[in-house]
Amino acid sequence: MLNTIKKYLGVVWILSSIISLIVLIISAVQNIDVNGKLDINKPMPWIIIIGIFMPIAIGLVLFGWYALQEEYSTKK
Amino acid sequence: MSTSTKGIWKVISASSLGTLIEWYDFYIFGSLATIISEKFFPSTNPTTAFLATLATFAAGFIVRPFGALFFGRLGDIVGRKHTFLLTLVIMGLSTFLIGCIPTYESFAFAPFLILILRLLQGLALGGEYGGAATYVAEHAPANKKGFYTSFIQTTATLGLLLSLIVIITLQKVMTKEDYYSWGWRLPFLLSIVLVIVSIIIRLKMQESPMFKELKSEGKTSSNPIKESFGKKQNLKLVLLALFGATMGQGVVWYTSQFYAQTFLLKTCGIESAQVNTWLGISLVIATPFFIFFGWLSDKIGRKSIMLTGLLLAVFCYRPVFNIFFQDADISNKIELSSNIKIEKKLNKDLPADSLIIKTTVATYTDGSSINLRETYSQETKKLDNIKLIESKKTLTLSSSYQIKFISLMFILVLFVTMVYGPIAAFLVELFPTKIRYTSMSLPYHIGNGVFGGLVPFIATLITLSPNSNYLSGLWYPIGVASVCFIIGLLYLNKKQDA
Repeated sequence: MLNTIKKYLGVVWILSSIISLIVLIISAVQNIDVNGKLDINKPMPWIIIIGIFMPIAIGLVLFGWYALQEEYSTKK
Repeated sequence: MSTSTKGIWKVISASSLGTLIEWYDFYIFGSLATIISEKFFPSTNPTTAFLATLATFAAGFIVRPFGALFFGRLGDIVGRKHTFLLTLVIMGLSTFLIGCIPTYESFAFAPFLILILRLLQGLALGGEYGGAATYVAEHAPANKKGFYTSFIQTTATLGLLLSLIVIITLQKVMTKEDYYSWGWRLPFLLSIVLVIVSIIIRLKMQESPMFKELKSEGKTSSNPIKESFGKKQNLKLVLLALFGATMGQGVVWYTSQFYAQTFLLKTCGIESAQVNTWLGISLVIATPFFIFFGWLSDKIGRKSIMLTGLLLAVFCYRPVFNIFFQDADISNKIELSSNIKIEKKLNKDLPADSLIIKTTVATYTDGSSINLRETYSQETKKLDNIKLIESKKTLTLSSSYQIKFISLMFILVLFVTMVYGPIAAFLVELFPTKIRYTSMSLPYHIGNGVFGGLVPFIATLITLSPNSNYLSGLWYPIGVASVCFIIGLLYLNKKQDA
């Protein structure tokens, strides 16, 4: 039972990774403002954050994929 | 591979002292960020303002994980001792040099040099922790790894505490003018003394017995990065460590120690000396719990303690922060007396306008007092056109709040001790000796540097969205900690929870 939950939650991790990345990119587009004074208005933090989050998101997709492949199953 | 406890306290003190100094070095830059930006990164100059942003974000987000890979690889090939000695030298020299560089006014390249030195600090920090934790763990017997490595875990909090003590002491013993002019350099210069002492102690230490044995057998890894992240058997553990442990630990650590401080200072407007003193006391009271939970994790397992810490943080953050806000909200207090002073000045930036500064000093029945300074801009030609341009509230809470606030801050730091105390032992045990330094450093620094470091940025982002309130920023750490709790609960099994 637990192994089945772990396996199918893999889909959730893959989807949440993709959704987080999309939300981050949309937030960047909405908040970058040349007249703004906050960090969230400057392009550089967004470039750094999205740049560093990209491999993390790929990592979460991979984690979800491994879960789907039952790599984390107690049977292994 | 056997280990005895002979000389373990020398190993712990040498490793912990160096790591504490590295944290101190990293924090003083953050604690003195306002002065540094005025001295080196004037916001009126777009280039220096850009460099300041780069120094803030790149040091934590890019350079720390890169340092983890670079020094992790070195530590798995050359050895733990020499690698974490090197990180200490880089950190100490960078910090000392920050204190020596002339300001932007007299030296135009100063901002570039400060940026480079800050990046070197991030790089060194990325390599230090994994080395120290691995070194101590590899000297410790299997049933006491949690207890012995927990001393390394106290260093991040003690480093913060030391930086606060040094800065507060200097501010108290120096005049404001002297401190602003040159006194702020002293915490950076002091670092070199601390680092030299630590280097002398570390030089006398021996290489880790496990690594020595591995090397003598010729079994060290020739390419630790490839073995750590290129092989599925190990990569899946790295991912599990990140998403099932360090990601949640990072946000809890940052929210309880740093976001709480910013929230009390900026959102609640409480006086900085009061916040820093109360935070300092709560850190002192909570620090022994790192060791307690490290010790307990040897008895009942790491997973249950770390997950309990995450769950408590998820459920308690909003109520605790709400108490802070409500107690600091002057609309909930009964005014006893108030005194309003209005001054009018010429606006230097806009000569056509004048500035009206309204200072309100009020006291309340509970013994608290407030100093509210509001600055308005008024057009000289159109006197009824008045705009509020700045409002600064400094609330001094009555001493009757002291125990309550220190207790709440202590509870927040207690969550940190639960998730952070056992994590070094957990990470060390997850990976084999030959690629341990590399494999554990990366998830640790992504969890802390990236997920933890993003707390203020994402919290601001959420707070500015429609229908948000003063507590909305907490949804980020709560969300990350919740996901980490679920992954940790379901996917970490007994094999990974020694």
